[in-house]
Amino acid sequence: MGETIDLKLHVWRQSGPNAPGRFEDYTHYAKAIPTHASFLEFLDIVNERLILAGIEPIAFDHDCREGICGMCGVVINGRPHGPRKATTTCQLHMRHFRNGEEIWVEPWRAKAFPIVKDLIVDRSAFDRIIQAGGYITARVGSAPDANAILIPKQVAEEAMDAAACIGCGACVAACPNGSASLFVAAKLGHFNSLPQGKPELDRRVLGMVTQHEKEGFGGCSNHYLCEAACPKEISVKWIAKMNRDFIRASLRYAPPVERKEGYG
Amino acid sequence: MDLKSNTPTGPIEKRWQNHKFQLQLVNPANRRKYKIIVVGTGLAGASAGATLADLGYNVLSFCYQDSPRRAHSIAAQGGINAAKNYQGDGDSVFRLFYETIKGGDFRARESNVYRLAEISVDIIDQCVALGVPFAREYGGLLANRSFGGTQVSRTFYARGQTGQQLLLAAYSALSRMIAAGKVQMRPRCEMIDLIVVDGRARGIVTRDLVTGKLEAHLGDAVILATGGYGNVFYLSTNAKGCNASAIWRAHRRGAGFANPCFTQIHPTSIPQAGEYQSKLTLMSESLRNDGRIWVPRKPEDCTKDPRSIPERDRYYYLEEKYPKFGNLMPRDIASRQAKFVCDQGLGVGPEIDGVRRGVYLDFTDAIKRDGVEVIREKYGNLFDMYERITGENPYEVPMRIYPATHYTMGGLWVDYNLMSNISGLFVAGEANFSDHGANRLGASALMQGLADGFFILPYTVADYLARNGPSKGVDENHPAVRSAIKEAEARINQFIEVGQKGTHTVDYFHRKLGMILWNECGMTRNEKGLRKALEEIPKLHEEFRAKVKIVGGGETLNRELEKALRVDDFFELGVLMCLDALERDESCGCHFREEHQTKPDPNVPGSYGGECVRDDERFAHVAVWEWKGEGKFARHVEPLNFEYVKLEQRKY
Ligand SMILES: Cc1cc2nc3c(=O)[nH]c(=O)nc-3n(C[C@H](O)[C@H](O)[C@H](O)COP(=O)(O)OP(=O)(O)OC[C@H]3O[C@@H](n4cnc5c(N)ncnc54)[C@H](O)[C@@H]3O)c2cc1C
Ligand code: FES
Repeated sequence: MGETIDLKLHVWRQSGPNAPGRFEDYTHYAKAIPTHASFLEFLDIVNERLILAGIEPIAFDHDCREGICGMCGVVINGRPHGPRKATTTCQLHMRHFRNGEEIWVEPWRAKAFPIVKDLIVDRSAFDRIIQAGGYITARVGSAPDANAILIPKQVAEEAMDAAACIGCGACVAACPNGSASLFVAAKLGHFNSLPQGKPELDRRVLGMVTQHEKEGFGGCSNHYLCEAACPKEISVKWIAKMNRDFIRASLRYAPPVERKEGYG
Repeated sequence: MDLKSNTPTGPIEKRWQNHKFQLQLVNPANRRKYKIIVVGTGLAGASAGATLADLGYNVLSFCYQDSPRRAHSIAAQGGINAAKNYQGDGDSVFRLFYETIKGGDFRARESNVYRLAEISVDIIDQCVALGVPFAREYGGLLANRSFGGTQVSRTFYARGQTGQQLLLAAYSALSRMIAAGKVQMRPRCEMIDLIVVDGRARGIVTRDLVTGKLEAHLGDAVILATGGYGNVFYLSTNAKGCNASAIWRAHRRGAGFANPCFTQIHPTSIPQAGEYQSKLTLMSESLRNDGRIWVPRKPEDCTKDPRSIPERDRYYYLEEKYPKFGNLMPRDIASRQAKFVCDQGLGVGPEIDGVRRGVYLDFTDAIKRDGVEVIREKYGNLFDMYERITGENPYEVPMRIYPATHYTMGGLWVDYNLMSNISGLFVAGEANFSDHGANRLGASALMQGLADGFFILPYTVADYLARNGPSKGVDENHPAVRSAIKEAEARINQFIEVGQKGTHTVDYFHRKLGMILWNECGMTRNEKGLRKALEEIPKLHEEFRAKVKIVGGGETLNRELEKALRVDDFFELGVLMCLDALERDESCGCHFREEHQTKPDPNVPGSYGGECVRDDERFAHVAVWEWKGEGKFARHVEPLNFEYVKLEQRKY
């Protein structure tokens, strides 16, 4: 049933956020791995063997296993999501490894992503950044006809390029500063490109960028390793746009003052 | 079991409007007195939670992933239907309604389906307002495509990522409400039981997936929007965590389970490559527009390089059997035919359990006709995905495809208000049974999830609250709450204890269960096979409970324990699916009972038969199952009446 390979496997194990972690050598459990298996299926096979040997299986995050939910993600030999361009961990296949190759697997490492267990990290900071402005306010019932706003094809396509972000956090793991600039800029790029997103643009940029800092992510110093690691190939040009919008918003934005209408 | 469907009467196009007017409202100042539990943050759950919170209710929301943004709605590729008729090609609410009922092989409620078609147009407006970057034409208008063989172009899409963009829109609306303090979000938190007091749903029991802590959450109404149960088959296009536990536990607490055997098999997924395989990946159905499906005519050719097989030795079975529709036959028929040819020994690709499960989807002719660039433009991302997974280049070698479990039409029974037979328990999205009958049309699940969450539940939940008032007298110390927690604790401890000495992993059992169901309750079913499955599954379940291996305890993140609890529920559901398939002694839509199929017509050249034969006299109804204690079920029916649609046999 196809080809198999043996691997020299080292995996980061850590029982909880404050526990000490270490690499464990699982070479013994990483033999005869089918090359058609995905990287996560490789970990499944290792886990199945660990379990039967009475060892706690390696905890890792995953769900859709088709590269879209953004839940999976480990650092493989120093690279977030491993060696293949534009490929999430779940879509990486073992045929890209050589027989006898050494593989080191570790979690995303960033101050703002505390480790939960083994390869699992806490990415809730991303959710809080979205809560700080990553939306368009549109109450159900209030929407005009969908074709009432014309959006040039080019603009829609650009917005879609940015909206393709899956929120996996590889950009943060790749960045020497642990910055989530690409994540924030992609969401801003999506909404701010569209006419529907313009009314809240300033508030959105200020809110999200401020929250990004509060969460302990670093700043961007133009290494662009994020773009290289991004499984959806989101462009760093959005970071430049975010910076421009941020400066403009800082200069001109004043929160609206609630004025109570008199009825008298 | 009380199965009052509460469907309105009168002219169908007025029913929802009239019904809405009759529903009671909750005074804005009173809304904050209510707490609504929403389990699930997919299209259905996120849109319901966000909308109810925006109206002023307090919402407590749950998902098992680390973020609400990752619900499996995110994986939908193709698109979302709406009867906008923006293309002026003859679409209408009535046409979408009619096609949905017919596509479901006349096993859905007219009133519900009409409402769905009616609301579809508002969904697109709402999603554009929320910033969904749908595909556009050069002039800036929204683009549409035809999907799954329909004759009108009514499908809206955002590249191949429509589900992702719709879910992120619903998630952003939910995030706004989290920031406003109206939604309290609990990710990595799994519902493992429902709390019912005096016949009313009053809360849920959850397990925190990081700390293992069991908690009771109480509210005035509970909404389950927990998605489909396709993972009962082990291999499916669902995400690994998709489960039936929330609806199954509700079923055990009294909620009727409707049409459990209605599960859709999608014809174009990438075939299984080996036994270790953990999931199947869907390839968009649009590929069938240009690809030609075939297998070798001779079994000895099945292992050869397909390019070396001459034209005369290729069996284009869909084109030959159904000359009119060819490769664009509906999902269920295309799937079944693939299974037939593979079972005949003509399948291609790796042999697993003695069968090669794969057929070719060949673009050679399309590339010759249109040129590689045109094909790349249309399908480039799909071809890349195929290559990433299989390591084969589909521009040069024909793709291999095989059917995969994809969607579950069955689910908890709900009335027109989306309320189950347990008062105060609402069910939305794929988790309910409501709109798709025995077969779902492409691009209509996304539509249903958002219709339920944005546009239906906000009215019907309000009506329930207005009529019943805030729930009183139930707190953490109520006996029903304490006993639900105790039961959950005992169940978990049992698994941890057995697990220490177990001999086989959870996946081992899950794969075996999946194989039984796939063989006996999959694309085709027959009485003998179903009876066999009904004997095998309970045995395997017993073995599972006695021999499953779980390392680690319950008070920590323990993925094997999570899986064991889900698989435990899948076992019971599997039994019910087979029972339902056995009792439904007809063929309809996805439910193909070999005993009931058309015979070849000698007067019609090229007639192959092999299509569903419905029995409307006996089975034009919803089968609703009641839990009667371990492994026992009672069957009830809700008759279906058709006033606007004429029952006819599908013909191709
Ligand atoms: C690969 C694929 C492609 C598809 N393509 C299309 C398409 O093109 N067009 C179309 O219309 N439909 C498509 N469908 C179908 C459609 O995507 C789904 O039916 C729909 O998105 C389901 O939405 P939902 O909100 O009901 O559930 P989901 O999106 O599955 O959400 C379920 C939610 O419930 C939560 N949950 C589940 N169980 C528990 C529990 N026990 N405790 C706590 N939380 C729980 C999950 O965390 C999640 O948040 C596709 C489906 C698949 C699998
Ligand atoms: S598991 Fe969903 S992106 Fe990898």
